[in-house]
Amino acid sequence: MSADIAAPRSQRLDPKYVRARKSRGSFEMVAWLFMRLSGVALVVLIFGHLFANLMVGDGITAIDFGFVAGKWADPVWMFWDLAMLWLAMLHGTNGVRTIINDYAEKPATRVWLKGILYVATVVIVLLGTMVIFTFDPCIAGNTIAACK
Amino acid sequence: MSTELPEPASKIELKPGVGGGGEIPQFNITLRVRRYLPETTADAYWEDFELTMYGTDRVLDALHKVKWDHDGSLSFRRSCAHGVCGSDAMRINGRNRLACKTLLKDLDHSKPITVEAIKGLPLEKDLIVDMEPFFQSYREIMPFLINKGHEPSAERYQSAEDHAKFEDTTKCILCAACTSSCPVFWTDGQYFGPAAIVNAHRFIFDSRDDAGDMRLEVLNDKEGVWRCRTTFNCTEACPRGIQVTQAIAEVKQAILARSI
Repeated sequence: MSADIAAPRSQRLDPKYVRARKSRGSFEMVAWLFMRLSGVALVVLIFGHLFANLMVGDGITAIDFGFVAGKWADPVWMFWDLAMLWLAMLHGTNGVRTIINDYAEKPATRVWLKGILYVATVVIVLLGTMVIFTFDPCIAGNTIAACK
Repeated sequence: MSTELPEPASKIELKPGVGGGGEIPQFNITLRVRRYLPETTADAYWEDFELTMYGTDRVLDALHKVKWDHDGSLSFRRSCAHGVCGSDAMRINGRNRLACKTLLKDLDHSKPITVEAIKGLPLEKDLIVDMEPFFQSYREIMPFLINKGHEPSAERYQSAEDHAKFEDTTKCILCAACTSSCPVFWTDGQYFGPAAIVNAHRFIFDSRDDAGDMRLEVLNDKEGVWRCRTTFNCTEACPRGIQVTQAIAEVKQAILARSI
């Protein structure tokens, strides 16, 4: 068996290492910054959420359909949960996007994994937003005061 | 010429065994080298060498002993052999080190000492890799002084404070220990890598240089500084003790500050 070894200093670059065209814009910078800022915001939002749900009043035993309905009757909690949904989903999606970029070696694998990821994110974010804004507590059999 | 010279006044009597006059300790090691001979075999394989080495020897001395006394086909790069040229970066016991700066006495002799080529670059033979992708990234960040002002008649002045901003990154010897220890670089070799960013840092923060913006623009690429995951492998691997991860963070901050 013989191998083809290029002469030293030939400046021949293994095609694997040829960098794609220079990327335009600062998407990666914005994504990097977003991860840090959303992370800080999420610490506040998530611990506030946990405190309100588990510590205040009757605590964990009070959580039921009525409890959630009561929270979503208040615009502050609607906004709180909306912010948490969007930031957590985008933060998580960007994190998984980074992991795919770091671990998937073939371009086709990357495109497929990221495609599935983005579709899942869009579906969950839209569905969650729709639920927060169109939530109707008065389903059949509900006995909370607002439905009487 | 048989005249007895008087003893010099500065002569000090040393006790036996003090002052380096004693015998150098000797020990046996197993050197496990990752061999790759493209002319004869398709795959790389491990080969063990039993060697008797001294307490003053380095891994490079062990490799020399193999090449000179046991198997002349063993190939590796080394030039100055004293930690300055940056030719003999290799993976010793799983960590990127310079073979000429790693003393055998500091390693565990109860197990074989593994030596393999640095990872992430195309393997050419035994411990030799193709460094061209590494130097290609280095060239892209323009590692030379760019000054638009008038050529001064004497040297270009710089205050000690201004110099301190990039003093750390001037120490780079381009051995590739950092870049080839970076897991992001291992994935696809597209990332510029710590070494290129360190050398960009050396000019970006140099008060005499006028092309900092151009270099920041190059490193704002999707394969630039934003691919750094701060795993600190590069800082741990650097034989010159450069705070590589910190330098990368400073370049990130400079790009951010310039954009906002």
